[in-house]
Amino acid sequence: MRATDSAGLGRGRALAFVAPALVLIGIFLVFPALWSIYIGLTDYALTGPSSVNPRLVGTGNITGALSDPLFGNSLWLTLLFVFGSALIGQNVLGFTLAWSLRGARRGLRRLVEGLVLLAWILPSTVVAYLWVAVLDRDGGTLNALLNTPGTAWLVQYPMASLIVFNLWRGTAFSMLLYSSALNVVPPSQLETARMVGAGRFSTLKDVVFPHIRGHVLTNTLLISLWTANDFTPFLLTSGGPDHRSETLPVFIYQQALGSGALGYASAISLLLLLVNLVIALVYLRLLRRRG
Amino acid sequence: MAQIKTAGLSTVYPNGVRAVDALDLEIADGEFFALLGPSGCGKTTLLRTIAGLEQASEGTVTIGDKDMTATDPGRRKVAMVFQDYALFPHMTVAENIAYPLKVRRHPKPRQREVAERTAASLSLGGLLERRPGQLSGGQQQRVALARAVAVDADVLLLDEPLSNLDARLRLEARTFLKRLQKELGITTVFVTHDQAEALALADRIAVMESGRIRQLGTPREVFGRPADTFVANFIGSTPMNLLDGTVTDRGLAVAGAILPSPTDLPDNTMVTVGVRPEYLALEPGGQGITGTVSTVENLGVSSLVTLECPDGSLLGLTVREQHEPAIGSEVTAAPDPGRVLLYDKESGALLSS
Repeated sequence: MRATDSAGLGRGRALAFVAPALVLIGIFLVFPALWSIYIGLTDYALTGPSSVNPRLVGTGNITGALSDPLFGNSLWLTLLFVFGSALIGQNVLGFTLAWSLRGARRGLRRLVEGLVLLAWILPSTVVAYLWVAVLDRDGGTLNALLNTPGTAWLVQYPMASLIVFNLWRGTAFSMLLYSSALNVVPPSQLETARMVGAGRFSTLKDVVFPHIRGHVLTNTLLISLWTANDFTPFLLTSGGPDHRSETLPVFIYQQALGSGALGYASAISLLLLLVNLVIALVYLRLLRRRG
Repeated sequence: MAQIKTAGLSTVYPNGVRAVDALDLEIADGEFFALLGPSGCGKTTLLRTIAGLEQASEGTVTIGDKDMTATDPGRRKVAMVFQDYALFPHMTVAENIAYPLKVRRHPKPRQREVAERTAASLSLGGLLERRPGQLSGGQQQRVALARAVAVDADVLLLDEPLSNLDARLRLEARTFLKRLQKELGITTVFVTHDQAEALALADRIAVMESGRIRQLGTPREVFGRPADTFVANFIGSTPMNLLDGTVTDRGLAVAGAILPSPTDLPDNTMVTVGVRPEYLALEPGGQGITGTVSTVENLGVSSLVTLECPDGSLLGLTVREQHEPAIGSEVTAAPDPGRVLLYDKESGALLSS
């Protein structure tokens, strides 16, 4: 066979090279995705008669979810979580850190960056355990620091705790991204703003943001998606108390493995996918509308 | 409008470099003033210290009659044009020009009016709605100038104003800049490493080296009578001849010849003799320095002829076109009267009166 590709392999051998990877992707990514869409159309369950003989219910799971107050609650909590900890929290804190560390001494800069990065690179289980210890009602570090004995943060303020936790956990990415984005802004333009007496706010608005608009949108997209799909809240609150911190990934887990409603959980996964898609499309639209 | 005064001004960077070193300088109201020197001489730091972008470590900066040493750059009534022009790429030309007014919260119609008027006076009339990216280098520079003069600043500072333009445009911009400065009558300080630019534009030049001023004077003074060998070397498109010489009772012994001595220094004083190639002329059979023509470089309307003297030193002189001597021939070059300068052999300072 005559080779027509640049590597000179020929179609047959080229296919043989990519086949193992394609098989793996097929087994572990494509098939489960399609499978979960399929079982989302059934009443498949972990136990009981429908675990053996699942019935097709069509869009019944979707309509069921849309009228399920628990789903509505989870969707709302997810939006709150994304908005509070990513869209506003990580974005603003990450930018503020990057901006104020710009002129700082090298040593101080490295120290702060190191501490922030540490929160990012630690494994979720370790971090969750740390926070449980910090927020514990009896003998928790936070209660000792604030002198508020007996406050069960994860029970009394579950969503606020999760938002602060995720802010602490994820700010490193925004900070790093904005640190390098700020290098794009020519110093002479900042100095021009200084020479005409522009304040901090108008310097940011008129000089800095137009330069890093693309970075802001990309960062916001990434951290929004990561936060929407984050499962770490489960390790802290398991969605409780009384569903008050049950974001969609946690809700799906609880439905699938807690209640055993695999079909219903799969249908909601599809809805979460759609939510992600909508977020991504909105950002892409904004990104394209440049300058 | 204002004069600028620095007294004992030093700017020391955190790493200990004294970029500006105890500088006393007075720039008159309306003057076009050049800070000239090689890179790293402190000229840009001095400009930035006047602007307030660098903090003075010692001494004072006075603008008008106010001590501005500790004043915020935005409150000094000083406008600055950066080397890269620093135009905001996301704003139109009109928005760029009106930016200082926007910061000062002038109403929109007033911003527009000033932008239009300023743009017109800098022949940018039809370009108001363009973005900087759509303009040529020369137009971008004029927009930056327009933004600087749109508000009534007392002082205009220019950092390497011509260095980002190509050679042809540079001459055009130079003429334009000089005319603009005279029209506005605004005290203007500019930084350059190009001696031709400084000579052409400035009313007065400060030649700087290592944070200090080596010479301060009009272009004519700086070119004609450099205060030391550093300035002599730096100024002039063809470098000044600097030869070892000795004062004798017969005259000045230099490069194997005896020239009439321009001073009454004691005999046997060792000196450095400086004479510009432009001030040397071929003098067949006359009194002068004799040498063999080794190279001839064409400069257009004239040629730079290099003579190799009997003692091995090289002497350059410019000769009008079509008057070049043949390579290898022996000729005599005589300096114009009064154009021979003597420098101290040790310190390099100008000796002759």
